Amino acid sequence: MKIAFTTKGREWQSEMEPRFGRTDYILIYDEDKDTLIIFDNCEAKSHEHGAGPTVAKILIENGVNVLITGNGPGGNAIEVLKKSSIEVYSGAIEMSVKEAYDKYKNKKLPRF
Amino acid sequence: MKIAIASGKGGTGKTTLSVNLASLLAQKNSVFLVDLDVEEPNAKLFLAGELLSEEPKYKMIPKWSEESCTFCQKCVEVCNYHALLGIANEILVFPNLCHSCYACSELCPTQSLPMFAQKMGTARHYVMPDMELIEGELDLGEEQAVSLISQTKTYVDKLLLKDTIAIYDCPPGTSCPVIEAVKDVDFVILVTEPTPFGLNDLKLAVETMRVLKKPFGVVVNRYDAQDDRVFAYCESENIEILAKIPNDKALAVLYSKGALIYHSSKSVKCELEKISCFLKSLTCKERA
Amino acid sequence: MKEIVVISGKGGTGKTSMVASFACLAKKDAVLADCDVDAADLHLLLESDFSFEEDFYSGELAFIDKSICRNCGRCAKVCRFDAIDFCELKYTVDEISCEGCGYCARVCIPNAITMNKRNVGKWYISTIKTGAQMVHAKLGIGAENSGKLVAKVKSEAKKIAQRNNLKYVIIDGSPGIGCPVVSSLSGANFVVLVTEPTQSGLHDLKRVYGVVEKFNLKAGCIINKCDINDIVAEEIEFFLREKKIEHIGSLPHSPSFTQAMIEGLSVVEYTDIELKKAVCLCWDKIEKIINKKECVE
Repeated sequence: MKIAFTTKGREWQSEMEPRFGRTDYILIYDEDKDTLIIFDNCEAKSHEHGAGPTVAKILIENGVNVLITGNGPGGNAIEVLKKSSIEVYSGAIEMSVKEAYDKYKNKKLPRF
Repeated sequence: MKIAIASGKGGTGKTTLSVNLASLLAQKNSVFLVDLDVEEPNAKLFLAGELLSEEPKYKMIPKWSEESCTFCQKCVEVCNYHALLGIANEILVFPNLCHSCYACSELCPTQSLPMFAQKMGTARHYVMPDMELIEGELDLGEEQAVSLISQTKTYVDKLLLKDTIAIYDCPPGTSCPVIEAVKDVDFVILVTEPTPFGLNDLKLAVETMRVLKKPFGVVVNRYDAQDDRVFAYCESENIEILAKIPNDKALAVLYSKGALIYHSSKSVKCELEKISCFLKSLTCKERA
Repeated sequence: MKEIVVISGKGGTGKTSMVASFACLAKKDAVLADCDVDAADLHLLLESDFSFEEDFYSGELAFIDKSICRNCGRCAKVCRFDAIDFCELKYTVDEISCEGCGYCARVCIPNAITMNKRNVGKWYISTIKTGAQMVHAKLGIGAENSGKLVAKVKSEAKKIAQRNNLKYVIIDGSPGIGCPVVSSLSGANFVVLVTEPTQSGLHDLKRVYGVVEKFNLKAGCIINKCDINDIVAEEIEFFLREKKIEHIGSLPHSPSFTQAMIEGLSVVEYTDIELKKAVCLCWDKIEKIINKKECVE
């Protein structure tokens, strides 16, 4: 399973970012290989509009299965995510990436 | 004649002035009240009337046609608004981001993005006993207020007779929706209040009217004698003060009920008549 | 760090006065962000010193180099915004009408048109009278309020809060229900709705709450001028119960709001003790709500 997080930093200890399209980083954890890939989201972040769909596209193109984020993606990003089978979990606010992952594993995060 | 009622910020009493002035003018004139505050059209809350017609308003957006598309992604490249996205051999269109510039549609080598009309709001036409009210209302989540304002004005233009007075209740602020709303009016009434906020926002509004080269005057709402900085500013800038609507809790109570205030307040009526006289003098000047 | 966004949907309900009061009560625990960039007024009550300023660019603007232009008129033909004028035998861009789509530049054969970054205003960092920091901005005339300037103000305020490990970012939200208000809401921990018991106050409260609901945010409501219409006030309270929105408090219609403003003070610095007490209670309640753990999870 590949699990994506919207984050403020580049590590497991970094804080989760509640926003989706304008997140600072996207971390993708590959459970099978136990690797963490980091995407700097500076390009989409600078868009006046339409940052959400751009981030959604990155997730799809990287074969992500699960997305864990804070407020939840906006309408346009959801349209894009619907084109895949990515499961979206929201509510991961004010916690580290690690905590968010544990919460997800313990089924403590709401399905968006 | 077209008169815009505008202000630098919300809550100064634009709508109150619009509906009350329109109602007073309607005693002797044919009046159209036009609610162009399309994000929050509120004028109808103050007037009882019958809905005459309701028209959906559209904007043009591209629609992807799969058959002819070669997936060259030229459309995605030319869209400055990120309203198109190519993913897994599919082009997605995000209508709320589209500004209807037609670039994607017309620059597509295989004509795979024809433009279609999509509803973005509604124009409503109400008939009151003494006047007519036309409002534009943007659908929730839509962002292109400018286009709906322009379409609402076009609707009004078709109905206006030579002697009709049209009162445009404008959106607040100084950004593009306001500019669209006041673009073709003959005169702008800026509503403010005698407070530091009122003054700050009035200055922005005055700056805007000067850039647009629109003639304008000021109405001071919630007037009392406590803060004279707005008056000092108007005097130093040579701006005419058309009227002063008094500050009174009784008026706030009337407003809260959605009632017209000039019926119950002589002083308000008298101030509105001053504006009415001023507007009449404008028409005379125009004719001369 | 907790983000508190104060919004109202309708103007003139006392939103900015409330934010200024909260700023005075939170003192150095808070960073302020004025996201009402269209009509920024918060600085008038907080003695902001504008110590840092920077131009802000967003979107694009077409520019025609007349020495290269061959007057073919293709640009004017494709422009859907009526933004290319032909005057004195030359094509020029009407900067107010141009929406920056770039279509003209793409069809110009001699490449006479360039798309430049558009200056849409300025943003500032100030120190305010409590010694706290405040981020604010001024949108240029006729600029599109895309929400990007709002996002900038917010993100700079958050940076300051993070750097100094502060408890709160208090945001004076944008009016309306469009892009700017969405921008000011995104990432909020708690939303304070300021309304008044008038027909339009209720109407706009419902519309703006539609946006809050879409983002699944926790919200509370302050009813200002609560005594001008009991019936509408009750209707508002009913709406709050129905939507499970916390009723933070009600404030009476009081000339002290305007009086304080004229003296450049927030309501809690003014001599009206009763009103001050009521506003303090509102802030206490907000602090309690956002510092409760279940609000976070």
